[in-house]
Amino acid sequence: MRAASTILRKDLTLELRTLEVVPAMVLFSVATFVIFHFALNRAAIAGQLAAGILIGTLLFASMLAVNRLFVAEREQGGFDGFLLAPVDRTALLVAKALALLIFLVVLEVIAVPAFALLLLGPSIGPPLGGLVVLLLLADIALAVIGTLVSAIAIHTRARDLIAPIIGLPLLIPALIATARGAGPLLATHGSGFPQGKWLAILALYDLVFALLSYAVFDYLLED
Amino acid sequence: MGPAPTTNGRRLRVLTLATVAMIGAALALTFFYAPLDADQGFIQKIFYLHVPLAIVSLCGFVLGGILAIAHLRTGDRKWDLRSYVAIHMALIFGVGGLLTGAIWAKASWGHWWVWSDPTLVSFLIVVLLYATYQPLRFSIEDYERQARYASVFAIVAGAFVPLNFIAVRLAQGLVHPRILTLTGGNLPGSMRLTFTVSLIGIALLYATLCRVELAAKSSRIRLRRLRRELLGEDAVRPLGRSAAPS
Repeated sequence: MRAASTILRKDLTLELRTLEVVPAMVLFSVATFVIFHFALNRAAIAGQLAAGILIGTLLFASMLAVNRLFVAEREQGGFDGFLLAPVDRTALLVAKALALLIFLVVLEVIAVPAFALLLLGPSIGPPLGGLVVLLLLADIALAVIGTLVSAIAIHTRARDLIAPIIGLPLLIPALIATARGAGPLLATHGSGFPQGKWLAILALYDLVFALLSYAVFDYLLED
Repeated sequence: MGPAPTTNGRRLRVLTLATVAMIGAALALTFFYAPLDADQGFIQKIFYLHVPLAIVSLCGFVLGGILAIAHLRTGDRKWDLRSYVAIHMALIFGVGGLLTGAIWAKASWGHWWVWSDPTLVSFLIVVLLYATYQPLRFSIEDYERQARYASVFAIVAGAFVPLNFIAVRLAQGLVHPRILTLTGGNLPGSMRLTFTVSLIGIALLYATLCRVELAAKSSRIRLRRLRRELLGEDAVRPLGRSAAPS
């Protein structure tokens, strides 16, 4: 665990000093909201349409972070250093997934209010609690699958292409659950909390992929 | 193959003959024995091709994942070859399943594609995911690493197949009334028999094609090794980049 927290601290420090990934994701998301405003020619949206645009945008924005997640390790020999160190290899998975999770939470803290301000018709206040729970569960899925896919893609020649084409289909079930769960929340006079089944799917998805990643991650490092 | 076929060759021949017999029987049953569907008429007969293709392809994907586990556990490259062949064939069958599904949808629902059928939609997602298997392999040059990463992909994707079906099924409020519920409750006996024979026929076809591809790939690898041993390093051309294990 100490190894994991060290790597996590390294990643967060790196991000704080370079401000590379999170600002890019935020700008990407805001630009996408503006694009949707013009593409749909609508000043305000609600319900399933709003949920779809919000979740879809966050999903695509997360791909930027997924692409960058292991770049420093790859380019500056971090993998070799890590493999030489006498620590459990799972530490790298845990640290990277947590880093990605934190990036996503920071992104959403900025992008969701921006979405509410720019596009959302109904007030974001009442459904906020339910939305936070839903997005947190979705973020775990994004972080776990994103880390796994990023680790697979980092050693390929076309890594920027490979990560999204594998990651997006893998994330479709999580997207379904999040978007369908958020749809009623963002409707005019919407309900306050997402349906239990969507939370259950997301939780199941998080659990299965966390266990799977834990099981296979070692094989992505062996060299 | 020499004058005395090897055990492998003989087994392949038996398997091939069984496949031909089963597919022949399935076609005969489909066209002459199974009754016409009351609602859909003749087009419903594509059911005997479409559903077995889809089922066999999904089983093939999962099989590829199981073989990949064997590869990671033992480190033996032959399991990677098997996993590759299982997924490769399953993908071909899967595309066949999608095409026949689209034809059926057009004929019976009037559209080439319907989003209301959860099975069709989940199947599309699975095929989309597995379509990235070959590009992934192709973009890793080191053979050993390619095999390892492909196995990781195969395991993750194999686990994804059932999960995806659960998620998509839950997302559809209304499940389209289908004749292909496999509980068999609403399938008349003659249709069920035809369907079972078709399923076995397609499964045998899958097994045969996998065996043939496996035999071709492993004899190419053996030939290469023999050439290198007998004629030296210069006699073998350097391997090009390839998505297939070699």
